[in-house]
Amino acid sequence: MAVVFAKTNMLTDKPLHYCPGCTHGIIHRLVAESLQELGIGETAIGVAPVGCAVFAYDYFNCDMMEAAHGRAPAVATGIKRVHPDKAVFTYQGDGDLASIGAAEILHAATRGEKITTIFVNNAIYGMTGGQMAPTTLPGQVTTTSPYGRDVNHCGYPVKVSEMLSTLDGPAYIERVSVHNVPAVKKAKAAIKKAFQLQMEGKGFTLVEVLSTCPTNWGMTPQEAMAWVESNMIPHYPLGVYKDVTGGKA
Amino acid sequence: MKMLMKGNEAIAEAAVLAGCRYFFGYPITPQNQIPEYMSKRMPQVGGCFLQAESEVAAINMVYGAAGAGARVMTSSSSPGISLKQEGISYMVGAELPCVIVNIVRAGPGLGGIQPAQSDYYQATRGGGHGDYRMCVLAPSSVQEAVTLTQEAFDIADRYRNPVMVLGDGLIGQMMEPVDMDSAKAYQPAEDLPPKDWAATGHVSNADAPRAVINSLYIDPAALERHNLKLQEKYDAITTRECRWQEENLQDAEIVLLAYGTTSRIARSAMRKCREMGIKVGLLRPITLWPFPTAAIQKTLSTARQYLCLEMSTGQMVDDVRLAVNGVRPVHFFGRTGGMVPTVAQVVEQIQALAERSNPMDDLEKKLDELAGQVDKTMSQLGDKLDAMGKKLEEKLQSPQTQQKVQDIKQGVASAAEKAKTGVLKGVEYLTDTLGDVVAGIRSQAAAPEQKPDDGDSGKGAEE
Repeated sequence: MAVVFAKTNMLTDKPLHYCPGCTHGIIHRLVAESLQELGIGETAIGVAPVGCAVFAYDYFNCDMMEAAHGRAPAVATGIKRVHPDKAVFTYQGDGDLASIGAAEILHAATRGEKITTIFVNNAIYGMTGGQMAPTTLPGQVTTTSPYGRDVNHCGYPVKVSEMLSTLDGPAYIERVSVHNVPAVKKAKAAIKKAFQLQMEGKGFTLVEVLSTCPTNWGMTPQEAMAWVESNMIPHYPLGVYKDVTGGKA
Repeated sequence: MKMLMKGNEAIAEAAVLAGCRYFFGYPITPQNQIPEYMSKRMPQVGGCFLQAESEVAAINMVYGAAGAGARVMTSSSSPGISLKQEGISYMVGAELPCVIVNIVRAGPGLGGIQPAQSDYYQATRGGGHGDYRMCVLAPSSVQEAVTLTQEAFDIADRYRNPVMVLGDGLIGQMMEPVDMDSAKAYQPAEDLPPKDWAATGHVSNADAPRAVINSLYIDPAALERHNLKLQEKYDAITTRECRWQEENLQDAEIVLLAYGTTSRIARSAMRKCREMGIKVGLLRPITLWPFPTAAIQKTLSTARQYLCLEMSTGQMVDDVRLAVNGVRPVHFFGRTGGMVPTVAQVVEQIQALAERSNPMDDLEKKLDELAGQVDKTMSQLGDKLDAMGKKLEEKLQSPQTQQKVQDIKQGVASAAEKAKTGVLKGVEYLTDTLGDVVAGIRSQAAAPEQKPDDGDSGKGAEE
């Protein structure tokens, strides 16, 4: 019998702990497949964040480190400086990367640190139970913005891809989504390209992936996918924000 | 050959000679010569110096490099070390070796930039969150800073735990002649285990599984097992790595305790006081954790009092008191805020203690006096009782007493005789009387019935 599909061996067999309808599973698979297809997976070193993806070290089938909240880019910097020939990546959520770890991601980016960051943006703190994130949309209800995010009170969402693309250090920054099949295909291409450019030593690479949180958004998986398209993408436009190889910016 | 070197630079060069090839730091006075030296030196030896965006980032870069299997170091001064505490806690939890240099300045807050020893608690009590320990080495000279920095890398690798070199603004900033030849001859200790746990990006197999560097144990039973395993390491460090120096302790009645810069001041003061005939010695902890508790307890055989000297309001003195455990008085003298105690001030303190009557001595004397008084009173009481007993015996044995006894006996006998006669006579009389009464009753019974005059006797007759 012919095998038409096989799970990438860059993911372990450990069952994922993610909620139904959460897109972390898709994104994990895209990262793992990209590493495998590029032939850099077996020797890759990944860094897990604090947040829903805290157990990523159980899922990616390569050397992994668990970092303190927000510090993954600094940890990855230490790793990459010791092993410059290895693929080094961080996998971070929006609270981890855009709030407590804002300084670390900014400076890893501006140093042109030759790592790849997978930035999973679902506009909420998932692991802790749905609090307001730096990326929470204006008016969005969370457990710490029960009247909806009031921009006069707590400001505006951080646009990470736009912000980091103003720097000289990044080689490649793209925002993608995984809310439907064409989007997933584009996301895979972006992640693969980011790793490719890292291995070519071009500089810092980041792929921002818009993600869902049906549990804390209070939606069904389907409604959550639709909400990404109707609410998140208008606020966080998809596309390439930086590409030193001459892709559209 | 000796070279004149600044403490900070000597520490940096010692680290390079110990095989440190990665340094991540952030500027802060008074340790800036360490990152500056490293920025120049690391490229020369094929290593990497990187100025981080913060102390927080620096310690996390150290985490990454240590987890990747490298010998790595960071340095900072007090406020910056506070920022590194999160990372240090994570490194202990994930069992990663590294060397952290703290060139202590005065606090709290931004404090000052002058030397202090006010980070003792933070260094020896973990500093960050969680139930952990970290070996802390406290050099008292530039030469010793070189030796201890190199040893720190070995200790860190031996136990997979961070090690702190705790200097201060003086150790870091002063220049002293240093023999770097021995530092150049440094070889890692032979017992260091291979770093087969490191995340090196090796192709994993059954013999060498993929590495996971992590301090998260979501199952409390697993976390307890992990913490108990760490505790075994701390126990081993306590047994094997404790270091201290003893001077003039053989006959020391006053024992000085001081580390780092203050130990040098204490030494000068001790020498001056010895010239005056005061029996004073110095015990200098070199490892602040593990603390030389047993060494302090050994001094109890001669020591009458202890004096702890620190550039703080009193932190190490707590550990001294725990070691002495109330058996002897432990005094404290400290300067704070970046002020350094002078030799004259310490001499004054020692003299005052030497002149002061020892409260323990006083107590012993009073107890002796009291015991003497009790003995005397008891002995007097015994004598009196003895004398009374003798007198009593004499009296009992005397002829007069014997005669009296005889008289009493005779008196009793004659009285008994008299009583006997009296009783017999009485019985005789009663018998006679009763005979008359019975005869009267009998004659009355034969006569006709008549009402008696006396109701009482009549009533009795009716019954």
